[in-house]
Amino acid sequence: MASETIALTAAHDVPQPIGTVLHDWVVTVDHKKLGILYILYALVFLVIGGIEATIMRMQLIVPHNHFVSPQVFNRMFTMHGTTMIFFVTMPILFGFGNYLIPLMIGARDMAFPRLNAWSFWLTAFGGLLLYFSFIGGNGLYGAGNAPDVGWFAYAPLTATAFSPGHSTDFWTLGLLVSGFGSIGTAVNILATIVCLRCPGMTLSKMPLLAWLNLVMAAMVLLAISPLTAAQMMLSLDRFLGAHFFDTLAGGSAVLWMHFFWIFGHPEVYVLVIPAFAFASEIIPVFSRKPIFGYPVMVAATVCIGFVGFSVWAHHMFTVGMNSYANSFFTITTMVIGVPTGIKIFNWIATMWGGKIILKTPMLFCIAFLFQFLIAGLTGIMLSAAPFDWQLGNSYFVVAHFHYVIVGGILFTLFGAFYYWFPKMSGRMYNETLGKWHFWLFFIGFHLTFDFMHVPGLLGMPRRIYTYEPGRGWDVWNLICTIGVFFQIAGTLVFIGNLLWSYFNGKAAGNDPWDAWTLEWSTSSPPVEYNFAKIPVVKSRRPLWDIKHPEDPDWKYE
Amino acid sequence: MLSLIAAELAIFTIFVVAYLFYIGKSLTGPTPKDVLEVPIFATICLLSSSLTIHAAVSALRNGRVRTFGMWWFVTMVLGLIFLGETGREWHHLIFEKGLTISTNLFGTTYYSLVGLHAFHVTVGLICIAIAMILALLGKVKQEHNERADVFSLYWHFVDVVWIVVFTVVYIIGR
Amino acid sequence: MVREIHHNSQEPNHKSKRVIQWAPIMTAGCLLAASPVFGNSEDPSQMPNMFKPQSSPAHSIFHLSLFVLAICAVIFVIVFSLLTYSVIKFRRRADDDGREPPPVYGSNQIELAWTVIPVLIVLVLFLATARVIHAIQQARKPPEAIEVIAIGHQFWWEFRYPALGVVTANELHVPSSDRSHPTPTFITLLSADTDHSFWVPRLAGKTDLIPNRVNQMWIDPNETGIFVGQCAQYCGTQHAKMLLRVYVDSPDQFQKWVQEQSKPAQVSESAKEGRRIFETTACINCHAVSGTVADGRFGPDLTHLMSRDTIASGAASNSSENLRLWIHDPDAIKPGSLMPAMNLNQRDLDAVTAYLETLR
Repeated sequence: MASETIALTAAHDVPQPIGTVLHDWVVTVDHKKLGILYILYALVFLVIGGIEATIMRMQLIVPHNHFVSPQVFNRMFTMHGTTMIFFVTMPILFGFGNYLIPLMIGARDMAFPRLNAWSFWLTAFGGLLLYFSFIGGNGLYGAGNAPDVGWFAYAPLTATAFSPGHSTDFWTLGLLVSGFGSIGTAVNILATIVCLRCPGMTLSKMPLLAWLNLVMAAMVLLAISPLTAAQMMLSLDRFLGAHFFDTLAGGSAVLWMHFFWIFGHPEVYVLVIPAFAFASEIIPVFSRKPIFGYPVMVAATVCIGFVGFSVWAHHMFTVGMNSYANSFFTITTMVIGVPTGIKIFNWIATMWGGKIILKTPMLFCIAFLFQFLIAGLTGIMLSAAPFDWQLGNSYFVVAHFHYVIVGGILFTLFGAFYYWFPKMSGRMYNETLGKWHFWLFFIGFHLTFDFMHVPGLLGMPRRIYTYEPGRGWDVWNLICTIGVFFQIAGTLVFIGNLLWSYFNGKAAGNDPWDAWTLEWSTSSPPVEYNFAKIPVVKSRRPLWDIKHPEDPDWKYE
Repeated sequence: MLSLIAAELAIFTIFVVAYLFYIGKSLTGPTPKDVLEVPIFATICLLSSSLTIHAAVSALRNGRVRTFGMWWFVTMVLGLIFLGETGREWHHLIFEKGLTISTNLFGTTYYSLVGLHAFHVTVGLICIAIAMILALLGKVKQEHNERADVFSLYWHFVDVVWIVVFTVVYIIGR
Repeated sequence: MVREIHHNSQEPNHKSKRVIQWAPIMTAGCLLAASPVFGNSEDPSQMPNMFKPQSSPAHSIFHLSLFVLAICAVIFVIVFSLLTYSVIKFRRRADDDGREPPPVYGSNQIELAWTVIPVLIVLVLFLATARVIHAIQQARKPPEAIEVIAIGHQFWWEFRYPALGVVTANELHVPSSDRSHPTPTFITLLSADTDHSFWVPRLAGKTDLIPNRVNQMWIDPNETGIFVGQCAQYCGTQHAKMLLRVYVDSPDQFQKWVQEQSKPAQVSESAKEGRRIFETTACINCHAVSGTVADGRFGPDLTHLMSRDTIASGAASNSSENLRLWIHDPDAIKPGSLMPAMNLNQRDLDAVTAYLETLR
């Protein structure tokens, strides 16, 4: 596969032996290769996480089902959540960031290429460590099985008394290790954006993708650390008999919740802000208009970055905090809906008066707008603490966050795949297959996650391996499971499209979308050093200025 | 380096919060008042090492490599003294006062917070030692002063954290 | 340079998108309006539907939820329409001349408007919400309130009525509460092991049971009936079958129930052998039967076992076969529960079952 890349960029080269190619990829410090490694790693785990979800939905298709045992089901939801957040979404977003940021700011690579490679391999190792737990098994010196404590691993369920063996330790240590990788990447992104922008590119002339990744990186530094600290504490409890979360020694289970959610809530903004970045790059190009209100988009994102650290206890409304605490977290959570909503309005205003091209990247972004709107509104419902006392920890919450992560983040990710695939591979993807992917996945997503809100409203809690018939939940669970198959079909079409197009797609050329940011001025795929000459920019859309010298952007910005 | 420090500060903050939260909540065992002695000497050593490392970096910036080497060595010694004192204190607490990480909440939070700091001091000392060896081999030149400066940021961070830990453990907590 | 970007002919994607978007809203609305219609094999009174509240906390939440849903619905309709309109009206036509549309970089007035309006909406929502938070969390406890201590275990509920001298498990009995003469039930929530959560949607929102922490909640159901719920915080393998049944009795029925429950266990000659086996086997390590030597606290109190409709915290109905199966092989009913298989031979098993069936 990589031999084709080399052939595309330097037609004279003889295809290298597979050993050399593999070695090249393993020792690379090139941000583009590392970006692709992150993305491929995440795609593999996306499929694995999807299998875990499918197993769960098969178990829940009818009440009192016996598809899997409760022990297996509990491992499934733990691994599914942990995998999707830490080994799919974070790596894939880091991967796109790694690939695109230097290109978009006119740099030759990230600020610390070796740190980049170290961070990737650390993250990758963390994932493998977590998954080793499946084959750890009792036979292998009692090393344990996959963790089954839920992805947020509440204490004291994680104490040695309630989680014997080492399954919880695989969770803790796998995430601890990959957490250091995430901090490394965040440091790199921050340093790159602050220090390596090309001449003329002040902060206010950076593409929005760079701005949003900057905010995301800053959040990672401050958000992953609480999780790291809490996991260190949990490990001290489990290995050295410490009492951080040992309720019998006076420790506090709620303290774990606070530490975890101080990480956990900003984490979801870390995940969604790069998704916003993709939408902010794709929607303008496919509406043929610049982004509406660039300064406010930046300000709103920075606002989300700050306020995002003040809302965490809305995950703890049912824990029995006093009414003042509950009210405080209600208002902060509602307030953060304002800058988020503003961004939706700005995207609509970008489309307004434009000439919208309904190709696959844009289809995914339009669906993202509809779906993120709904996700935000169900979030507002959950922010009202008393409403959360009913809806919290139920399938309504599960539907809400899947709406954000799948309907919001994954959809923009698919859009980003199609948008930048020509740049990364040099080939155009197949548009018909792209549309098939979109519609299959769209139908499947809505079948599963629209109707999932209903059992939550009717009292179905989450993380149950089976449920009682006669409570009004049966038909909804059935519909949710059916949707899974459409999503599987869509994903298979997607992977097929990527593979087929990589080998058979038309040559894409430098700029198949007539876009305006610097990455489209390089070859597809770019040469290893990105730019022959470091570009000098005068506006937010440097390629527009080049293509429209009579009407350049810098006159109006 | 500043980004890394920001992340590390966040980790320390969580341990400090845990320490403050659990003050007075131990169900059994020795309390801070019973067993803690204020480590004045160790603190003076560590804090002055910030001054000496600053002197070392200035010297290197001005091209005085031998002076740099001397101040750098003093910094290392001061850091080692701090670690040694911490070790002595722990030995005393474990074997004479019977306080370990699993004794009670105080033991848990004390050893983890002070230990995390000591770990960061150790990592810093390893870096200082490596630089010391390079300096002795004559490989450190004036053009390396920026690298020494960046490293000194880490060392200053370690000292600032100690001021916080000292205040929380030996002043507030007692 | 004007690019000719080839695109496929327009597909009617917007219409089908709209239908799919409206479907869940209509469905939820239909559900609210006509729930009995859906319940041919389902008894509507068994559906833990938060939109049919029967107690003040649930009522307050219900009213707040309608308000919040209404505001969200209005916002949804407006933004959805704008979005749909823009996708349809501004899509590039097949006969497009290839010129770029006029770039608009922003508009201070519009951006100000769509900042200020959401802030006002948030303010209104917050004030409405804060009122309900305070009303529920700071409710006064009247002297006639029934006091219950609920202790969460892996995977069953312990209920103690300290003032009435009653100890039971899994099925909570409370009296109905009249507005003129309120007799609410105030429940103190504790945990013996991991985190749990008490959730009976028609009576109140959920509140967690957390070890080393004391939480409180209250209900004042106004009608008699049986209300179902279950544990709502993942607590281990059998979290799914830690079910709840709240029996709201009329004040007289409740008094009768209390009287029966506070008596010690019935002694029956026919079950002497079973009782002997029970009291000389590990059973008494975990279970209590008042008036006998059995006073284990790890498992449910069995003094009035036969007054309950279900066993294993709702995992099975309280029948002879189920009781026997539960003692013989708990994993057949609730795999992963902490009740061990007692390894009794058939004769002893029959005897112990017969004994338990005398504990009315």
